[in-house]
Amino acid sequence: MSTAVAEPAPLEAEGNYLTNGYSLWSWLTTTDHKRIAILYSVTITAFFFMGGAAATLMRLELISPTPLIMGAETYNKLFTAHGVIMVWFFLIPSIPATLGNFLIPMMVGAKDVALPRVNLLSWYVFVLGGCFVIVTLIAGGIDTGWTFYTPYSTRFSQTTVIYGLAGVFVTGFSSIMTGLNFIVTVHRLRAPGLTWFKLPLFVWAIYATSIILVLATPVLAMTLVLLAMERLFHLGIFDATLGGDPVLFQHMFWFYSHPAVYIMVLPAMGVASEVITCFARKPVFGYRTMAYAIAAIAAFGFMVWGHHMFVAGQSLYASLVFSFLSYIVAIPSAIKVFNWTATLYKGSITFEAPMLYALGFVGLFLIGGLTGLYLASLGMDADLSRTYFVVAHFHYVMVGGSVMAYFAGIHFWWPKITGRMYSESWARLGAIVIFVGFNLTFFPQFILGIEGMPRRYFEYAPHFQFLNILSSAGASILAAGYALPLIYLTWSTLHGARAADNPWGARGLEWQTRSPPPVENFDRPPRIPERPYDYDPEAAEQARR
Amino acid sequence: MNPTLTGKALLALPAAATPYADKVDGLFWAMTGVCGFVTIGVTLTIGWFCFRYRSGNPVDRRLPDLASGKKRSREIEAVWIAVPLAFFLMFFGWGARLYYVYDDPPRNALEIFVTAKQWMWKVEHSNGRREIDQLHVPVDRPIKLVMTSQDVIHDFYVPAFREKRDVLPGRYTVLWFLPTLRGVYPLQCDEYCGTGHSMMVGQVYVMSQDAYGRWLASGNEEPTLATLGFDRFRELGCSGCHGPGSTIHAPSLAGLYGRMVPLADGSFVRFDEGYIRDKILQPSRQIPAGYANDMPSFRGRVSEQDILELTAYLRSLADTSPDVPQGNHIQ
Repeated sequence: MSTAVAEPAPLEAEGNYLTNGYSLWSWLTTTDHKRIAILYSVTITAFFFMGGAAATLMRLELISPTPLIMGAETYNKLFTAHGVIMVWFFLIPSIPATLGNFLIPMMVGAKDVALPRVNLLSWYVFVLGGCFVIVTLIAGGIDTGWTFYTPYSTRFSQTTVIYGLAGVFVTGFSSIMTGLNFIVTVHRLRAPGLTWFKLPLFVWAIYATSIILVLATPVLAMTLVLLAMERLFHLGIFDATLGGDPVLFQHMFWFYSHPAVYIMVLPAMGVASEVITCFARKPVFGYRTMAYAIAAIAAFGFMVWGHHMFVAGQSLYASLVFSFLSYIVAIPSAIKVFNWTATLYKGSITFEAPMLYALGFVGLFLIGGLTGLYLASLGMDADLSRTYFVVAHFHYVMVGGSVMAYFAGIHFWWPKITGRMYSESWARLGAIVIFVGFNLTFFPQFILGIEGMPRRYFEYAPHFQFLNILSSAGASILAAGYALPLIYLTWSTLHGARAADNPWGARGLEWQTRSPPPVENFDRPPRIPERPYDYDPEAAEQARR
Repeated sequence: MNPTLTGKALLALPAAATPYADKVDGLFWAMTGVCGFVTIGVTLTIGWFCFRYRSGNPVDRRLPDLASGKKRSREIEAVWIAVPLAFFLMFFGWGARLYYVYDDPPRNALEIFVTAKQWMWKVEHSNGRREIDQLHVPVDRPIKLVMTSQDVIHDFYVPAFREKRDVLPGRYTVLWFLPTLRGVYPLQCDEYCGTGHSMMVGQVYVMSQDAYGRWLASGNEEPTLATLGFDRFRELGCSGCHGPGSTIHAPSLAGLYGRMVPLADGSFVRFDEGYIRDKILQPSRQIPAGYANDMPSFRGRVSEQDILELTAYLRSLADTSPDVPQGNHIQ
């Protein structure tokens, strides 16, 4: 374990947000954004391992082209549970509700979010939504896929679709409340002198994400209500036999669910910008361009939903427009990857665990983004859509991208959040195992898709078996990789060495206060820097010598 | 060792059985070339920077002053906006061109009806020959599949043709291809449709034209779809208005199939399977120019099979002269 930092005086002497009440009641009634962040992170960690367990069982089943350990119905319920849990109960709240909650007020120099009680309410609403999902699982699970396509979900599925819908519907309100809170906080609570172009890119990213949360989530809520009305009361909206249109559902669903991809990815981009600049000891390359790119992704992200429906019976001209816009939205993402790369140039780079996770994020997001170009191309998509190529593509973006960045952020801010260090060598090992396991799991799936294996297949043709075994082998490494942080981070909370206030020499406002921070975040008003990321690689080198 | 486990070539595209599939493969390899180059290039650059600028390595790290640095980084960023944009536009145009062809079946295509249901593919050829989970087609002839679903959304996907299209309840979608390579190719449902989704697979047999002719004629005691459609046309009362000698002001349907017809609102629509279906179920929409909105809806009175047979019948009238006075001769 790291012994670099000597044991300082007990934290209790000074008092911080963690020592401000030890009872369960003090946690369940807290309005402290830092404690709510911890409530969220414990909850989503539980959901992450639930969703992961479903994925593990699926990969186990897919070792064989014929039934191995379960039947088709169980398999279909597993991939539905995996999708619903991972999308709505892990990825969407992951960075915003944990790191965002903890850091946004500190990064803008505020005592708390603008609406602290709404913040706590959002967690309760999230837990309520989660309870519906757990009830759904206990009642036998649902088999519609996380996309709930009609008319399967309204008329044909024999499972408890309504409970699942209720869970997603309810949790949407927690998204809206969290987003609203961040928007108001960034507008109203910035410290004097902290102008928009002095904000860290993480704040920009969470702000843009919040706008999407507030604008897109209500559309999902409406869609799910209409779906429930049709299933329960045979209101003809999506069902062709009732005069509805099943493709309408897809339009409404993806109007939310494509921007939702950016809800998952923008915060990850924010984390990567913070971590890479810190460990390269260099200002981010093209700060303003990076900020504008975030805004452009959020804006254009609303206009590309139709690329999920190129083969779904959408008109030729609609498809042409959506394909074109999908390429346009790829431009700001490309800029970001190039700018992170350029940030490394002439840096003074060190490779602590957060940096390894962040570099892993850039590489995997690059592959995820580039394979998106195939699917944005109309002719190519008519072959590859709904195959394992798509599965691999979005896992590279959401797991390789968002989850890697989430881990980068957790490791980067861990000393600030817990006041303790973790084992650096175990953390580096974790980053490498996850990176290797991830690629071994999902790269073979690109090839499976190119060879024509459809997604959501319980049984498959025997010639796909080799690559499926490879993928399942990778999944076992990946599972071990995800277990590692759970173990060494839990160990760290109990036994880790005390962390210094700013162990990485980072420049953000949150590093100017104690670790862990006091209840009101800052003992004295933070100093606002001239410009964000005022790192100096030369000075860093000098200091080393 | 099990031959399926020995791994084959790690990346073996399925056989390309149509010229269109070859074109898709061309785009695939072009994109893979560009994207592979970018992936390797960026990865190597990151690796090189991480190595060269690792802390403690004595290299020049002086940054340009703020003003000139800003100008320089603007220029660099302009390059990496413009270059990707150029490639993106190329991929967009290339993919759109392919899709445009894919969306526009030739008029002389052999039409085959496909009905999907949980969890099987029902195929009906024009002479009434039916098959399940199999599709026999002649080589070197454009094939147009007119597809609908009896229940949920399915998707007709033949990897060897590099094409798929959703099969929807309540409307027709079309998939066309020109098979040029004889063989047997897997057919898969590619839109999740419930418990048996992964069992909803079959084969497409691409045969020589002679063999197809023999296959079509063999074992078929069913009347042709068009014959059945003629019966439906009379039973359902269509001929009362659209048939010869009718006193109702309704258009004759002979010779219309495949043509553009003028509508009351001044636009035009192609008289095809989609329009026929719409007119049977929702006759008040897309009224032809010169006619009143007085056709009743047949929703609930006709089955998918009836619509399919009626369509086949109207298609069989495609080559008859529209000038033969029928139906609307009393003006």
